[in-house]
Amino acid sequence: MSEERNITLKIKRQDGPESSPYEETFTIPYRQNMNVISALMEIRRNPVNAKGEKTTPVVWEMGCLEEVCGACSMVINGKPRQSCTALVDRLEQPIRLEPMTTFPVVRDLAVDRSRMFDALKKVKAWIPIDGTHDLGPGPRMPENKRQWAYELSKCMTCGVCLEACPNVNSRSEFIGPAAVSQVRLFNSHPTGEMNKEERLEGLMDEGGLANCGNSQNCVQSCPKGIPLTTSIAAMNRATSLQTFKNFFGSDR
Amino acid sequence: MAASRDFVSRKLHSLLGVIPLGLYVTQHLTVNHFATRGPEAFNEAAHFMESLPFRYLLEIFVIFLPLLFHAIYGVYIAFQSKNNVSTYGYLRNWMFYMQRISGVIVLIFVTWHVWQTRIQAAMGADVNYQMMVDILSNPGMMIFYIVGVIGTVFHFANGLWSFFVSWGFTVTPKSQRAMTYVTMAIFLALSVVGIRALFAFV
Repeated sequence: MSEERNITLKIKRQDGPESSPYEETFTIPYRQNMNVISALMEIRRNPVNAKGEKTTPVVWEMGCLEEVCGACSMVINGKPRQSCTALVDRLEQPIRLEPMTTFPVVRDLAVDRSRMFDALKKVKAWIPIDGTHDLGPGPRMPENKRQWAYELSKCMTCGVCLEACPNVNSRSEFIGPAAVSQVRLFNSHPTGEMNKEERLEGLMDEGGLANCGNSQNCVQSCPKGIPLTTSIAAMNRATSLQTFKNFFGSDR
Repeated sequence: MAASRDFVSRKLHSLLGVIPLGLYVTQHLTVNHFATRGPEAFNEAAHFMESLPFRYLLEIFVIFLPLLFHAIYGVYIAFQSKNNVSTYGYLRNWMFYMQRISGVIVLIFVTWHVWQTRIQAAMGADVNYQMMVDILSNPGMMIFYIVGVIGTVFHFANGLWSFFVSWGFTVTPKSQRAMTYVTMAIFLALSVVGIRALFAFV
């Protein structure tokens, strides 16, 4: 294997949050088993574009490199996914890299996913157990419930479902599918269940669950195969019931 | 804490589309279908609907107020979405897109249809078989009515599918898939009823 093989990448770049985007093409030597991240690292090592001009290294985010942290999401050949598991051998060339469009660009391929963190805060996606003394062990969780709840816990807040959703955009406040599914996760937990109404109220707030238009792109796009539309429908049922409870009255 | 206005409006929008509007559309198309039995049968059925007791109350609360809310809020919803079927060409995403397109078609069609029939009736015209014959004798109008009826029926049937998800009736993918078949069967059946009635005026 002495012959020279190259990879071409067309990258949509942007120097800062306010500057306008432009495209830059890079040609780098092929190595075996490359992924998009190792290709980007090659550009960073030698930031010269396809025209031979010296340029700035491309900025992107990464963390775990094994598709569990969600940091390296970007639009690769038109579809949002993690760049760590985007293997060069399986991608059509030239490889087109773009930042996700739903989130504000920080620089090049790095985006600010704060709206996802804000959404998790809004729906109280945690279990409050901190206090002044040891509360002891919580109630046990049935095994069958644990099995489906575990699937929901695989969410890494990567942003792909929000990118695919036609109702998450600059014109809407919609929190997106990820946070909705997290409410289902925490409400299924025996200790988390004790605060389930607070999370449902978060879902019923402005920009909440009702903004879902059932395009179901989220469940098709989720890299972890999370049953997001099942979570959405389950939370639709829970919030519908909660509305009646709130209006007509209930002890719980 | 009360549910937000966003939440209540969306849920109400979904509910009104089925009850009363979807039921009304079904009833309206059924009455139209009398035209296939001849002018007398149609005139008799239309006259029966006209002479229902509390007609104005029924019209206002079963048709016009729900229709106004559903239409105005629906346009707001439709223009909030950023359609992306070219990137995500899945069936449900296409249905999502077509729900918004058909909604706009229905709005244009129904506005024209109300002007052409109900408002003319309020100004003294007689709504009967002959009126529809006159309207549909124009081929352009015939096409407009066919598109309008199919658009309306699609919007109702597919909206019924969304209603079952949005209110939390169909949660599992299996039940949602079953509802896709059921609602598309409703779409086909009501389309046949509506189109047969239209051609009965030719």
